[in-house]
Amino acid sequence: MSMEILSFLSPSLILVLWEVFARIGVVDTRLFSSPTRIFCTLVPMIYSGELLYHTLISANRIILGFLAGAVPGVILGLSMGLFPPIRVCLMPIVSATFPIPKLAIMPLILIVFGLGETSKIFTIAIGVFYLVLINTMAGVMNIDDIYMDVAKNFDATRYQFYTTVALPGAMPMIFAGFKLGMGTALLLIVAAELSAAKAGVGWMVWRAYDMFDIEKMFVALITLAILGYVFSYILDFLERIFIPWKNGRR
Amino acid sequence: MDHTCAILMEGLTKEFTAGGTKVVALERINLSVIEGEFLCIVGPSGCGKTTLLRILAGLESQTFGRVFIKAKNPEKPLTSMVFQGDSIFPWMTVEENVAYGLRIKGVSLKQRRAIARDYLQKLGLVRFAKAYPHQLSGGMKQRINVARAFVSDPEILLMDEPFGSLDEQNRLILQQELLKIWEGSKKTSLFITHSIDEALLLGDRVIVMTAQPGKVKDIVDVNIPRPRDILTLRETSGFTALYKRIWQLLQEEVLKAKATELVNSPVSSSKRHRKNTQEGKT
Repeated sequence: MSMEILSFLSPSLILVLWEVFARIGVVDTRLFSSPTRIFCTLVPMIYSGELLYHTLISANRIILGFLAGAVPGVILGLSMGLFPPIRVCLMPIVSATFPIPKLAIMPLILIVFGLGETSKIFTIAIGVFYLVLINTMAGVMNIDDIYMDVAKNFDATRYQFYTTVALPGAMPMIFAGFKLGMGTALLLIVAAELSAAKAGVGWMVWRAYDMFDIEKMFVALITLAILGYVFSYILDFLERIFIPWKNGRR
Repeated sequence: MDHTCAILMEGLTKEFTAGGTKVVALERINLSVIEGEFLCIVGPSGCGKTTLLRILAGLESQTFGRVFIKAKNPEKPLTSMVFQGDSIFPWMTVEENVAYGLRIKGVSLKQRRAIARDYLQKLGLVRFAKAYPHQLSGGMKQRINVARAFVSDPEILLMDEPFGSLDEQNRLILQQELLKIWEGSKKTSLFITHSIDEALLLGDRVIVMTAQPGKVKDIVDVNIPRPRDILTLRETSGFTALYKRIWQLLQEEVLKAKATELVNSPVSSSKRHRKNTQEGKT
């Protein structure tokens, strides 16, 4: 119980100190604002629906981008893990393109997909894709051979191989990839909304920068933190459903 | 191939290269397994026992020679293997593990659940039906391993030292259980073991294999009447004589294996299997 109080107290203390220092002029409010000022900006934005509007637009892009990257990542990762010829064919391409920073590809993505939604979703998708692909492949390759032998001995078809051994066996690693991918997605949404966006939480950050509206910028940062928390909570929840055999072992 | 013969091996040879040198794991094995018999295989470590079973299970292919397995019922799987060590799927419940073979065959969920329940009932494991393997002890896991093979109802049951990793008490319990289940089904079975006691308890015949390259050294008939029981087995007339005979045959080979091991220390069989399967993983 005292531990819980402590974990609540430490961030509260920082907020209080921030506020106090802002009031006595130690902290420059033009640059760092203050908790009460941010709060006073936040509340009307919630009531007007402005914040929700931007949050939903960003959340929509993140979810679509995440799915567009994760689904092919899992499928290709399973195939590359299970079938050496596919792995040998594709691995050099993956190894060569994976280290390219996704932000560096953004201009190219904008040229190819234009300034609309597609380019933003694609940016996120490509970041998620690699992480999920590499984790899924590693997950399949780490499955003990004995389980493959059991399936083979029972004459499992290729499809049954996927569904009864490869997919569940790699599931813990796949979820590790999802979580990494989600972190990247949050990073990329801000970058994606920097250029040619008219709404979204990332856009709010850049808009606040242009307008020198520090309070609004903090509101956007808080929203991003909450978005990140919600998405990781959802992934934890899904993990418990999809990996029931891990429950209680951690 | 006469009608009582379930498996026929003719000149079965398995070679592979390990570290640039050719290794003969099995050399011209000629063996017929009679329908409904329980055949035990003993031999020094690395003599190719596991390779033999893996060939029969369709997990590896022989270099030379032929294998016939009689399929009486095309609906049934040809073989089911109980692997050495932990091979039950950690991501499936006990019930799903036991019914795995049925799932692969396309039996409906309801039906395979009923069959699995029935089996778990026999083993006294019903209350663990929904549990996951990590919640179970080593003995329970091995029971499920054996149950999975039996439930799929194959023509041939292959068991590779299923109780090798268990402690003495658990081993005795599982041997007794296996004996009971098997005597109820009379399924043609091949069983690898290191224990002469186990071979005499379970087997109708005991194959003694030579040190590498693995050949059939001798076949010993176990004429101890069934149903057998662990408690009275040692008092059965003939037990001591059989034990002595098998040990004498085995001892020569174990010593031979030791001697060659000192000379050229071959790759251990388990490592080799890992390597082979990885190469062949498709």
